Amino acid sequence: MKILVCISHVPDTTSKINFTDNDTAFDKNGVQFVINPNDEFGLTRAMWFKEKQGASVDIVTVGEKDVEPTMRKCLAIGAEKAIRVDAKPVDAFQVAKEIADVAKNGEYDLIIAGRESIDYNGGMVPGMLARLIGAHFINTCVSLEIEGDAATAVREIDGGKETLSCKLPLVIGGQKGLVEEKDLRIPNMRGIMMARKKPLDVKQPVTEVTKVEFKSFSKPAPKGDVKLVDAENIDELINLLHNEAKAI
Amino acid sequence: MSLLIYAESENGKLKKMAYEVASYASSIASNMNAEVTAVTINAEDVESLGQYGVGKVLNVKNESLKAFNEESYVDVISKAANEVNAEIIVLSQSANAKYLAPALSVELEAGYASNVVALPETENGFQVKRNVFTNKAFGMADITTDKKIIGLSNNAFGLHENSKTPEVVDFSPEIKGSGIEVKSVDKNTDKVSIADAEVVVSAGRGLKGPENWGMIEELADVLGAATACSKPVSDMGWRPHGEHVGQTGKPVASNLYIAIGISGAIQHLAGINASKTKVVINTDEEAPFFKAADYGIVGDAFEVVPQLIEKLKEFKAANA
Ligand SMILES: Cc1cc2nc3c(=O)[nH]c(=O)nc-3n(C[C@H](O)[C@H](O)[C@H](O)COP(=O)(O)OP(=O)(O)OC[C@H]3O[C@@H](n4cnc5c(N)ncnc54)[C@H](O)[C@@H]3O)c2cc1C
Repeated sequence: MKILVCISHVPDTTSKINFTDNDTAFDKNGVQFVINPNDEFGLTRAMWFKEKQGASVDIVTVGEKDVEPTMRKCLAIGAEKAIRVDAKPVDAFQVAKEIADVAKNGEYDLIIAGRESIDYNGGMVPGMLARLIGAHFINTCVSLEIEGDAATAVREIDGGKETLSCKLPLVIGGQKGLVEEKDLRIPNMRGIMMARKKPLDVKQPVTEVTKVEFKSFSKPAPKGDVKLVDAENIDELINLLHNEAKAI
Repeated sequence: MSLLIYAESENGKLKKMAYEVASYASSIASNMNAEVTAVTINAEDVESLGQYGVGKVLNVKNESLKAFNEESYVDVISKAANEVNAEIIVLSQSANAKYLAPALSVELEAGYASNVVALPETENGFQVKRNVFTNKAFGMADITTDKKIIGLSNNAFGLHENSKTPEVVDFSPEIKGSGIEVKSVDKNTDKVSIADAEVVVSAGRGLKGPENWGMIEELADVLGAATACSKPVSDMGWRPHGEHVGQTGKPVASNLYIAIGISGAIQHLAGINASKTKVVINTDEEAPFFKAADYGIVGDAFEVVPQLIEKLKEFKAANA
């Protein structure tokens, strides 16, 4: 089985979010970048398929050269090959198109992406990609088993879960649950050394088409102060929630 | 000009989100002299969409669509969009709608903006305000294609009445089979889901252990609320993963969010910030959650929550 894991390079969850160039671009100054958390669960599940079922695991990122440290980290965790499509990601459709081209050339059976990346929260690339390459798609995937060319997956739905089955090729939008938090791997020294020798291919982009473009960014207005209510005076809280906030 | 909404239902009953999406689309339509059509799948009482400005309903009744299936639902909705030549298609941000929309955008060659929180601004292109960086910022996304898909964030627009008597027509396009088989659905039907809930009661590590969740469930019961939890609580197996909310869990955009024994880490706050009113109960007055909340009680959950349950019961009885 050939697996491709889509890796998004995103600001660490604790980053301060600011914008530059007249509020038209994210300010990367002082920001630390990490593997998108949803993708990290998927990558770890891919490692399981590699170790238990002999799958091969490649990763792909659409981005400029600054994404390479994040890609090397994935190689250190155990991916065999990395492919960077050398383009500035503008919208989900363009990114999906680029990955579709990589996917077609590589004849992958399973493509693992994250439910959404935590920067622009689009949640679009995996579903678009699946359509573009004619693969099945399972979103918000919290469990995945592959037997031959058959997949069984669990999808989180509003208020519960659903078990689905289909044939490969399959694209998933993964998240926590694919593996548990405690299963995530921190690259060790040996992995880091080996990653330096693994291939990181740079591929030229195939499309310039975009459909949605960010024009500007803003931040929410600062919040007013909290109203503290005495622990002995629960009636006051209920009064505020009912009459002031109209929330109950 | 024509707009299409996908009006979601569950077991035949239209969801609140369906009416919210209808309200949003008819607001756009009234500025553009356009009509809003809704496509419904195995829903009852579809005329009720008229109350929120829907002029026409493409009413699909089909046993094979009983269980949600991305492939066949995309097929139906894209055919409905073509039927009415829809230029703008509006969906909610339910788990199912988020699942469908990307495929729909490829199928219809439409640009898609998700997590949208306001009406489009059309002086300069077609720009929609949407959440980015998990509620830490907004972006103005310009959709440049002729056809446009908008994923409206739950609870961002609200319900706005605009009464019409819709024309309801049966719509039965030929549906391609799907290669995805739904084996089983495991859903707690007597509990409201986090996505659909008006009120969410959430608890964290401050509760000390899973055995203490009885009072959280009871509080949720009294309020008709969904229960949620912080990430470590689900990682330790105290609560199911489906309850984990925050930047890496489920987003929450309820009217009321009550956080009990949750410190208010940045990743937690990001995911729940779209909630309208936030209440925190925490022993530590320095807990960061107090900076994000509207109302707070500095106190021990094991003392405050049982009292809150009692007082709310009295309040409910008096206001019934
Ligand atoms: C990449 C990444 C992603 C993350 N994503 C998420 C996410 O999506 N969601 C999320 O929740 N977290 C997330 N986290 C974790 C986050 O950083 C915090 O660790 C977590 O939210 C803390 O959970 P907590 O508030 O339950 O626990 P704690 O931080 O331990 O807080 C417990 C609180 O309970 C209070 N308390 C103790 N006893 C009582 C009592 N008797 N009565 C009342 N209060 C009491 C304490 O004062 C304390 O404030 C993420 C972290 C990382 C690194």
